[in-house]
Amino acid sequence: MILIVAEHSGGKLGKATLEMVTAARQLTEGGREGPITVLVLGQGVAGVAGEAAAVADQVLVADNADLAQYSAEAWAAATAQIAQEGKAHTVITPGSRSGREYAPRVAVKLDAPYLEDVISLQVSGAGLQAQRYTYLARVTETVQAEGSVIVVSAKPGSFAPAAPAAQPGEQYDVDLDLPPARVSITGKSVEKSSRVALSEADVIVTGGRGVGNAENFGRFVEPLADNLGAGVGATRAVVDAGWRPYAEQVGQTGKTVQPQAYIALGVSGAVQHLSGMGKSKYIVAINKDAEAPIFKVADYGIVGDINEIVPALIEASKR
Amino acid sequence: MKILTLIRQVPDAEARVRLSGGSVDLEGTTVVMDGMDEYGVEAALQLREGGAAVDEIVALAIGPKRNEDVLRTALAMGVDRAVHVETDERLDAVALSKVVAQVAQAEQAELILVGGQEADWDSQALGAATAERLGWPQLTWTNELKLDGATLSGRHDVDEGNESFEAALPAVVTTQQGLNEPRYPTLPNIMKAKKKELRKDDLATYGAAAKVKFVGAEIQTRARLNKVIDGKDPQAAAAELLDLLRNEAKVIK
Ligand SMILES: Cc1cc2nc3c(=O)[nH]c(=O)nc-3n(C[C@H](O)[C@H](O)[C@H](O)COP(=O)(O)OP(=O)(O)OC[C@H]3O[C@@H](n4cnc5c(N)ncnc54)[C@H](O)[C@@H]3O)c2cc1C
Repeated sequence: MILIVAEHSGGKLGKATLEMVTAARQLTEGGREGPITVLVLGQGVAGVAGEAAAVADQVLVADNADLAQYSAEAWAAATAQIAQEGKAHTVITPGSRSGREYAPRVAVKLDAPYLEDVISLQVSGAGLQAQRYTYLARVTETVQAEGSVIVVSAKPGSFAPAAPAAQPGEQYDVDLDLPPARVSITGKSVEKSSRVALSEADVIVTGGRGVGNAENFGRFVEPLADNLGAGVGATRAVVDAGWRPYAEQVGQTGKTVQPQAYIALGVSGAVQHLSGMGKSKYIVAINKDAEAPIFKVADYGIVGDINEIVPALIEASKR
Repeated sequence: MKILTLIRQVPDAEARVRLSGGSVDLEGTTVVMDGMDEYGVEAALQLREGGAAVDEIVALAIGPKRNEDVLRTALAMGVDRAVHVETDERLDAVALSKVVAQVAQAEQAELILVGGQEADWDSQALGAATAERLGWPQLTWTNELKLDGATLSGRHDVDEGNESFEAALPAVVTTQQGLNEPRYPTLPNIMKAKKKELRKDDLATYGAAAKVKFVGAEIQTRARLNKVIDGKDPQAAAAELLDLLRNEAKVIK
């Protein structure tokens, strides 16, 4: 059995789950045994389970008040228990913040090797071989693991979302022994942008310190993004200065994005920033310093001052 | 209460990554304390300076001989003692956690601080795997941390934003940007650090073996077009760029 832990929020199945199903299908085509099983953890998740059933061979549903709130300990205990009972040989979790937080605990519980944040996955002999990025995404590494069970987390955006299967999978309810919660959540703030989410955006316009100040984001970055139907990103320097919310930060400690076009305004191109956007299809840089490192990774660039170039771009991009 | 802070030595971010024989070669590369771990060392020092009942802060590094340098840096920042499990073997995070958990138990540490993501392996697993081995809760991506008696509180990033939390010790906390501004070791403290204990430990005593086999590495740089337009005439430059994006790259409408 290949066990996939569903990612969902707001009662909807996340794209990451469909991507993990694709990874699992590649493994069954490579000779690893099915069924492809999706485990749905949460409360009030009937809708999510129904969506998962459209792509999986079977869906295990733990609809449980103790799972209403995500916690690494509970998710790890639930996943390890089901993996053991179902004799899973492969466990796949999303490479989200939470997925990469509980997957290592599952690996320790199962005494299994852990292939983290993989961008490709294939059957190799008795085990699995995977690729992943290392050294701030500058190196692509190949790793191999063997064992009666292997835990994997899949980097978001690395596998195409699975199309519905010919037959919807069966759904089963499961009972779990969950550990008592030891971390209490005393407040939660959901950072929502009114714009296109960075993870979904085809085009991202990011402002760096070169934009000048917070007001200039309203004058330059936002109107250009609006004209292009783009999401807004920011560098850490900008977030640290308090010009933009952390939710918009792209890079090592921010979000990893992979849009069709990434337009960097007044961004120097530090490695920690590149590690979050370096895999974008096209990179565009506007910077007054022709020597800025961002130009080395850019497909298109303009050497010039934001104050002059961006108003011209906004004007020319009006539809 | 004792705090254990974990340290990795990684290439300086500005240093070029080189490969030789199919793996990353750090020979001659400037190596430094991982910036994320630095936040952890600083957090430990600040908890103590803030009045928490911290008896001792111990820094732990597992890796080749040159790791002594980062442990000395931690000692110079203010940790009391260092442990170095010296090895040239490449251990994945789950294997490393076996060593860390045993050191934590032997030291009777109640709080472990470690960086949220390693700048060499881009892994987020060490803190979580260690917490599981010890049977402790974990708080990851923490950017605010307080300790009141045996109660930790603070804030950390989660999938869709951030949460405030409370948890009782013992616990593992992974650190990140925003938590603090790590201090620079001063010259007097660098001198003092030379006299502090740096204990060597033998990896063999921990029974840790790599579970993930390293097969090879490549530097895949995508060939970029590098078409740079002179911006002296802003209107013309803007028009040319949009034309390229619309008609050559076909990424905007
Ligand atoms: C552990 C760690 C994690 C990090 N994580 C991240 C991360 O997640 N994301 C991130 O972005 N950074 C991260 N950083 C920080 C990173 O190293 C850089 O400091 C940061 O990316 C720089 O931001 P910037 O390009 O906006 O600013 P700067 O480096 O100051 O660059 C500004 C650029 O704007 C140009 N400019 C100035 N004025 C104009 C003008 N009028 N017109 C045109 N161009 C102009 C300048 O030539 C310059 O190239 C991290 C650092 C560490 C140590």
